[in-house]
Amino acid sequence: MEETLGFWAFSNTIIIPRLMEGMWITLKLTVMSGMIGFILGMFIALMRISRFSPLRWIAVSYITLFRGTPLLLQILFIYFAVPTLVNITLDSFPAGILALSLNCAAYLAEIFRAGILSIPKGQTEASMALGLNYHQTMFKIIIPQTYRRIIPPVVNEFSALTKDTSLVSVISLAELLYVTQRIGAKYLRPWETYVWAAVGYLIIVLLLSYVAARLEKTLLAKGGV
Amino acid sequence: MDEIILKVNSLEKSFGKNVVLNKISTEIKKGEVVVVIGPSGSGKSTFLRCLNYLEIPTGGEIYFRNDRVGFGKKEKELDLQRSKIGMVFQSFNLFPHLSVLQNLTIAPLSVLKVTNEEAEDRAKDYLKKVGLLEKINAYPRELSGGQQQRVAIARALSMQPEVMLFDEATSALDPELVGEVLKVMKDLAVSGMTMIVVTHEMSFAKEVADRVIFMDGGVIVEEGIPGEIFSAPKEKRTSDFLGRL
Repeated sequence: MEETLGFWAFSNTIIIPRLMEGMWITLKLTVMSGMIGFILGMFIALMRISRFSPLRWIAVSYITLFRGTPLLLQILFIYFAVPTLVNITLDSFPAGILALSLNCAAYLAEIFRAGILSIPKGQTEASMALGLNYHQTMFKIIIPQTYRRIIPPVVNEFSALTKDTSLVSVISLAELLYVTQRIGAKYLRPWETYVWAAVGYLIIVLLLSYVAARLEKTLLAKGGV
Repeated sequence: MDEIILKVNSLEKSFGKNVVLNKISTEIKKGEVVVVIGPSGSGKSTFLRCLNYLEIPTGGEIYFRNDRVGFGKKEKELDLQRSKIGMVFQSFNLFPHLSVLQNLTIAPLSVLKVTNEEAEDRAKDYLKKVGLLEKINAYPRELSGGQQQRVAIARALSMQPEVMLFDEATSALDPELVGEVLKVMKDLAVSGMTMIVVTHEMSFAKEVADRVIFMDGGVIVEEGIPGEIFSAPKEKRTSDFLGRL
C-alpha cells in the first residue's frame, strides 16, 4: 500500500510528524550546546589572553585538542570511551550536548579573542589611565564593544553547529538526520526523506540567522559599536 | 606652594636597542603648567606615558607625591595612582559604546565607588566647564572631533585628578577645531590645575606655560620660562627647531 502513496501523501503522513520530533531534538541540541559553548568559549578566550602563562597554556592546549581532532571522534570518545575510564555513563543526549559544547567552545573562544584584539589599544589605555582595573576594563569597556562585530562569525559558528548536530546520530540520538534516515531505510524511499532532512536543517539555520539579524539591528540602534 | 607633585629621576626607556628616553630628570610643582615641545620621535609622548605607567620605564624612578609610580606595586595601588593622574590622548579614546554621561560616570562609579547621584552631578559640572552640557545624552560618534576631545578632558577631570597629562591633544583635530580645545585647556590652567602638556601649539606654550621643556633625542635639551626659550634659547638645537616652525 505504501509504495502507492504520492510524494505529498507520504510526506504528510509518514515523514513530517517524525521530522518535527527530530527537528525539536536538533534545535534543543543546537541551542543548549551553543549556550554552554558560548559561556565556556568566553572563559577560554579570557584565559588565552591572560597574563598568566599557565592559563594561556591550558587554553591553547584546549583549542588545539578540540580543533585538531574530528568532532565525530570526540562524540564517540565521550559516549563510548569515557564510561570505561571513569565510572560515569552518559545517555546519548547529555553525551551529545557535552561533545558539541566542548567542541564549539574551542571555535567560539578564537572568535571572542579576535573580537577583543580588534578593539583599538587606545581603549584599554584610556580605561587604565582612569584607574579601572583589568577586569573592569575587560568587562565594562572592551567586551561590550565586541558584541556587534562578533555576531557574523558567531552566527557562522552556530550554523556549523546546527549541521554538526547530525553527527550525534552515530550514538543513536533521535535527532533530525537519524529519524529521517530511519524512515528512508524502512520505506525504501531515500530521496523524499533526505530532501525533508535538508529542509529541516535549512529552517533551523534560517531561524537562527533571523534572530541574529534582529539582534544586530537592536545593538546598532543602541549606540551601535 | 612649592609642593612637588611629580618627581622624575633619571628616567630611561628603551624599546630593544632603541633608546627613547635617556636619563630624564625633572620636577613638577603643584599648579605648574609645563609644556613639552620637540620634534617627532624626541620621546615627549613616551615621557608622558611613563608618568602614569602606561609605558613601563626601563630605568630611573618616578615619584607621585613621594610615592614611587608603578614599579613593584600591587595592581590595586597602581590603579589608585592612575586614578589621580588624568590623561588626555591624541585620539580622544572616548568609549564609543557609552553615552557622554556614561563616559564621565564609569570611572567614578567603578573606581571611586561614588553614588550614582554624585557621579552624575560631577559629570554635569565638568560638562558645563567644557561647554557641552547639552550633549550629555549623545554618543561619541555624534560629536565633532573638538567636542569629543572636550568630553575626553571632562572625563579625565571627573576623577578629580591632581595632575593632568595632555598627549598632543589637538594634533588629530581639524585646524578650526583646535581653538575650542585649547580654550578649555587654558581655562583649566587658569583654574590652577597642574598640567603637563605635550604639544606642537607654540602659541599655547607661549601664552599658558609656566615652564617649557624642549626635548630631542630622548633628553631634555633645555628648559625654562617661555620668554627665555622662545626669544633667547641657549642651545643651538633649540633655536634650530624653533626657527623651522
